[in-house]
Amino acid sequence: MTVANAPVLVSDAAESTTRRHSPWGPATRRPDRGLAKYLGLTPFALYVVVFLAIPTVIAVASGFFTDEGDLTFDNVLGLFAPNVLATFGSSFWISAVTAVVGAVVGALVCYALLGTRPEGPLRSFIDSASSVLAQFGGVMLAFAFIAAIGSQGLITVLLKDQLGIDIFENGVWLYQVQGLVPVYIYFQVPLMIITFMPALAGLKRQWAEANATLGGTRFTYWTQIAFPVLAPSFFGSLLLLFANAFSSYATAAALISQGAQIVPLQIRSALVSETVLGRENMAGALALGMVVVMVVVMWGYSVLQNRTSRWQK
Amino acid sequence: MTLTAPTRTMTAEPGSGATVELRGVVKSYGSMQALSGIDLVMEPGEFIALLGPSGCGKTTALRALSGLETIDSGSILIDGVDVASTPTNKRDIGMVFQSYSLFPHMTVIENVEFGLRMRKVAKADRGARAAEALEMVGLGAHGARFAHQLSGGQQQRVALARALVTRPRVLLLDEPLSALDAKVRVQLREEIRRITRDLGITTVFVTHDQEEALAVADRVAVMRAGRIEQIGTPRELYATPANPFVADFVGLTSRIPGEIDGEVVVVHGIRLPLLGEPQPDGPVFALIRPEDVALATADAPGAIAASVVSSSFLGSLRRTEFALPDGSLIAVQHDVNDQPEVGDTAFLRLRMAPVAASARQQ
Amino acid sequence: MSAVDRATRLGAVRLGTEPSGIVRWIILGVVGVVFSIPIVAMILFSLKAGLAGGYTLDHWASLFDDDAARVYRNLFTGIGNSLLLAVVTVGIVLVVLLPTMILVHLQFPRLRRVLEFICIIPITVPAIVLVVGLAPVYSVVVRIAGGSVWTLAFAYGITVLPYAYRAIQSNLDAVDVVTLSEAGRTLSADWGRVLLFVLLPNLKRGVLAASFISVAVVLGEFTIASLLNRVNLQTALLQVSQSNPYVAVIFALLALALAFVLLLSIGRLGRTRRTGSES
Repeated sequence: MTVANAPVLVSDAAESTTRRHSPWGPATRRPDRGLAKYLGLTPFALYVVVFLAIPTVIAVASGFFTDEGDLTFDNVLGLFAPNVLATFGSSFWISAVTAVVGAVVGALVCYALLGTRPEGPLRSFIDSASSVLAQFGGVMLAFAFIAAIGSQGLITVLLKDQLGIDIFENGVWLYQVQGLVPVYIYFQVPLMIITFMPALAGLKRQWAEANATLGGTRFTYWTQIAFPVLAPSFFGSLLLLFANAFSSYATAAALISQGAQIVPLQIRSALVSETVLGRENMAGALALGMVVVMVVVMWGYSVLQNRTSRWQK
Repeated sequence: MTLTAPTRTMTAEPGSGATVELRGVVKSYGSMQALSGIDLVMEPGEFIALLGPSGCGKTTALRALSGLETIDSGSILIDGVDVASTPTNKRDIGMVFQSYSLFPHMTVIENVEFGLRMRKVAKADRGARAAEALEMVGLGAHGARFAHQLSGGQQQRVALARALVTRPRVLLLDEPLSALDAKVRVQLREEIRRITRDLGITTVFVTHDQEEALAVADRVAVMRAGRIEQIGTPRELYATPANPFVADFVGLTSRIPGEIDGEVVVVHGIRLPLLGEPQPDGPVFALIRPEDVALATADAPGAIAASVVSSSFLGSLRRTEFALPDGSLIAVQHDVNDQPEVGDTAFLRLRMAPVAASARQQ
Repeated sequence: MSAVDRATRLGAVRLGTEPSGIVRWIILGVVGVVFSIPIVAMILFSLKAGLAGGYTLDHWASLFDDDAARVYRNLFTGIGNSLLLAVVTVGIVLVVLLPTMILVHLQFPRLRRVLEFICIIPITVPAIVLVVGLAPVYSVVVRIAGGSVWTLAFAYGITVLPYAYRAIQSNLDAVDVVTLSEAGRTLSADWGRVLLFVLLPNLKRGVLAASFISVAVVLGEFTIASLLNRVNLQTALLQVSQSNPYVAVIFALLALALAFVLLLSIGRLGRTRRTGSES
């Protein structure tokens, strides 16, 4: 949920409209202030160092130290313990499933929106609604789903009373890892809509017309032209959705009050209790593991975004 | 500017172009009539330009020919067969768009092969024919590149090769040069002309640039508000425009106040033959071409005094604008060795060429 | 839709580039219904009258009871904290991020990529990771500035960086800030005046968008507040839901509505500017 609206950042980077001279003029006779001219940047630099750089370094490096400050690889090795690996496995599984479903459904909605006026009421409503739902705080989202498909939820009761179907026959799965799937999809689809719409809208009409004049059909247009052109953007968005689910905490925390079934929840355990699995700075090791995954995924995302922006010129 | 030597051409089959005919084509959008009854007959291998200001319907007519627009009534015949109900992909046409039409994810050679692929041509054949088409447009060495790596002119050449490789019956070009630099435009239009002539393919070329139309086409159809005002060879349109709109649109004209007197137009005392339909006596604007006015001496018969307003050097000739005693401005084309200065007075002489005349409020 | 638009749509459907009306409405209809279920469920839940069935406005009414403030003290504290945090976070965006972005745009164009990269890091380093390192930092912060909740805004300023950056940057790119400031300077304005009278009025749209998004994000933030043991709207909601789920759901709905209004306004802001410039 925290990666909504992120995508365009990377593609914008390729098209910077920098000018070679500053508005002070190329040949101004200002005294050479040297480093002093960077003074204006210090507030921001300081702020970012204290509240982003330092915490990040602490987070990923703390896994390498014991409480006394000795260097150790115990924590990092602990990442490979079977139950921690299982946690990473669950995180991967959930992120992958919800990313794929979110991407496909989101792409369908974007397709359905093709041809509507960008300024029109339908599009603006869907744009705003998607922004809201993609940002929908995890706690509130959990409430919504408890109200809808919890044990006394609207749909649960409806299905039981009207159709005799008990969705919780084999246990109340909403409060377990499986329960996260529908809930995550609820914010993955809007994120996909926000991320993917520009790519879909960027398909040029001339390509379809050229396809027709060259003897192609609607089928050949989509299979030979549209899908291949959209592929980098689609898979880039898919990666973004994966990263989004992987790093989500609030929803899981609200639905699963104890336990450490996925990595963010395992970090919670590590922070809340003194030691996890007999190791002290496990939270740091887990954070490191998470960052490694995130860096790989986001790097793949930015590579695909660059490909997209090259073709969408 | 260097003239490009022709690269290897595809074998020409004389007369392989189709006859194209538009009969009474009408197309409206709601209450707006984009085409109000277009009639046009094209011979095989002919190169026709559709020329006119924006909104005149030239692009609509082209798109109707291609099938990308439907028509309300009338017929579109290619080789005598009405194709109005045939979808675009079955009409066997080639089309070049103004811009952005190359498929970005395919290499140049894959783009060119696309039409052949759609026609299920065998792979080996495809490669050979596509390479040949690229050679024809001078880009044989660029087959492995992508569209975004090419300049605008190169991209349009690839688009041309792609459209022609399937040997369509008709080639349609929708303002293919409008997005290009001036120099590239001139170069490319010559190549398009040469290639279509070599292939003998019937070609329709839409443009708003009258110089371009006159330079390349066998015949030009001047359009306005959904109608064809006049069709003829460039020479015919220029020398004998059918009405003031065509006279004004094609080539440069100066509007000089004069009077109709019977079959002549009287301009500053000079009696010039009237072009076109007879008009009632009365005040008119005479539409005079720059090359029909010459610099003269004060004692020449019919000399008119004028003062220089501005003068432009155009390379092989000079064009100078003069203000006449009644305030109207007249453009004169003359030798570069005469170099009038702004503010000079000079004398002008009108040649006895026929002029078109348009209405004037007194 | 004008006749030309209609004809264009028909052409596009024939070409296959756009869905036909039926397909469009089937997809949007199905997805729309499925996605409205949780929201509808929340609304109905807030109106439920206990296990006996039936509906009542009692839960909504209870908010206006005399002792509501006492009973839901933690919740109202959380709301107050979140609002305060939102204000301070927006303050950080306006006072720290905005001037830096303008400065980089005008004076340090080569640093633009660096700034952009910095503002994307919070996505790769999500809140759950950041919070592991924030705990030690905040123990220092508490010693300097006290333990009240507003200091959390420093961390929030970081989490909203990607959104605020993009909102302001797209405004900076759309308005040629360099040319405007050059024009201002040649008309004898000093930098203070250029900033105040030339640049800021043209950056209103981006600044407002950045502010609204920041507010929406802060109101929805749970991870950092919860793991640093502070009280904000979301932690309070979670706590209240144990004892009074109805009120929790009501406030969730209200927060959702507020966020929707904020984000809709951002869309509006973008639109009015465009139509204004076309007239």
